[in-house]
Amino acid sequence: MSILSMTKTLFKSIVHGPYTENYPAKPRENYERTRGSIENDIEDCIFCGMCTRQCPTGALEIDKGEKRWSIERMQCIQCGYCVNVCPKKCLHMRNQYTAPDTEKVKDDYVARISDH
Amino acid sequence: MGKRTVVPFGPQHPVLPEPIHLDLVLEDEKVIEAIPQIGYVHRGLEKLVDKKDFKQFTYVSERICGICSFMHGAGYCMSVESIMGIEVPERAVFLRTIWAELSRIHSHLLWLGLTADAFGFESLFMHTWRLREQVLDLFEQTTGGRLIFSVCDIGGVRKDITPEMLDKIVSVVTNMDKELRDVTSVFLNDSTVKHRTVGIGLLSKEKALELGAVGPMAKASGIRRDMRTQGYCAYKYLEFEPITAEEGDSYARMQVRIGEIFQAIDLIKQCIEKLPEGDIITKIKGNPKGEHFTRVEQPRGEALYYVKANGTKFLDRFRVRTPTFANVPALLEILKDCDLADVPILILTIDPCISCTER
Repeated sequence: MSILSMTKTLFKSIVHGPYTENYPAKPRENYERTRGSIENDIEDCIFCGMCTRQCPTGALEIDKGEKRWSIERMQCIQCGYCVNVCPKKCLHMRNQYTAPDTEKVKDDYVARISDH
Repeated sequence: MGKRTVVPFGPQHPVLPEPIHLDLVLEDEKVIEAIPQIGYVHRGLEKLVDKKDFKQFTYVSERICGICSFMHGAGYCMSVESIMGIEVPERAVFLRTIWAELSRIHSHLLWLGLTADAFGFESLFMHTWRLREQVLDLFEQTTGGRLIFSVCDIGGVRKDITPEMLDKIVSVVTNMDKELRDVTSVFLNDSTVKHRTVGIGLLSKEKALELGAVGPMAKASGIRRDMRTQGYCAYKYLEFEPITAEEGDSYARMQVRIGEIFQAIDLIKQCIEKLPEGDIITKIKGNPKGEHFTRVEQPRGEALYYVKANGTKFLDRFRVRTPTFANVPALLEILKDCDLADVPILILTIDPCISCTER
């Protein structure tokens, strides 16, 4: 590398400043399609079990009687296969990640049991 | 003859991104023989065909490796599609090619960075990875994942790329082309880089053929073998010539990989120009029955997928022969009679991906 080209690169780097972002002071913005975490609009869910049967990791579980849909957050690989197969389209991929944790987290979504 | 010493190299070593162990038999500073040992990251993914049905297995096959994950997924899907006789929509085929070529850029930039790091050129390593980051951002914007895309499915792809995004891809790769010229000229012209690579790790054409080397390892020894010329995916519609070099040393392998980055940029532009409109996925019915071999050109070389299906939703057998596995005999050949100080560079020169190799 000649002195000339090296000086050019050097000045370019000094003028430009760091290429990295000032994290965590400036939080990273996720893109629209970022596969963050799976959410369920539980009131629309019919507990058909398609998602639990298709999930490659077995992270999903349903209880039809209690109207409960649960997801093992640490087991889920965010592939989005459940979102694809859901007949009611009540499952969707959020572009935000769940908070980091030291224990296995299982999130329960329980539908209100209707009066009639 | 001097006294022989055995120096263990790896599985943990600063230049190794993944674990491989080599017993280096030394005579003074010269390596006489290298005895490899693998098996540190074996996960038994092939056996999972017993547990996961053939649709779920797409996600398993993507996880064979973190760097060429898209091509592993695509290779598996192509095998199953061939068995089931599925016609993949043209748009999906082109989108697969775009992602595959972007993966090639990201993989080669990763390798260039690791190589610069191995011979102690830290700033060059940083610059290469800075450029690679732009490709990873493109992946996240188009597929949602930075390394594992989960976008390839049997019958096509699951996500489309919008016209605005296609324009963005073109502008990013065009700008990157300019910046890459600066960075790669350092790799090709700098005297310190040349000092560490020119004439090191010579592999003759005959030896490369005999040992079954694949990818840039074979191409740098003058073997014009590139699976893309078979015309899978959209390569049959694109114009390109496999990049080769004659010298067969580490420098030539670097030249081939740098050439492939620019070629990939050109192929992406060609794909976007010719991208047809239409569906991106065909609905599949039934289960596969039969067997099929697929050969795919990954950044590291030719990968081979074998799928055997019995008509149920579980496959009988799935087998991958990855490029690094094919390049290990060639690595052992070039390690003979080299200096101990050159061993890290020579191991990196095959672009080892141990996760792939051990599956």
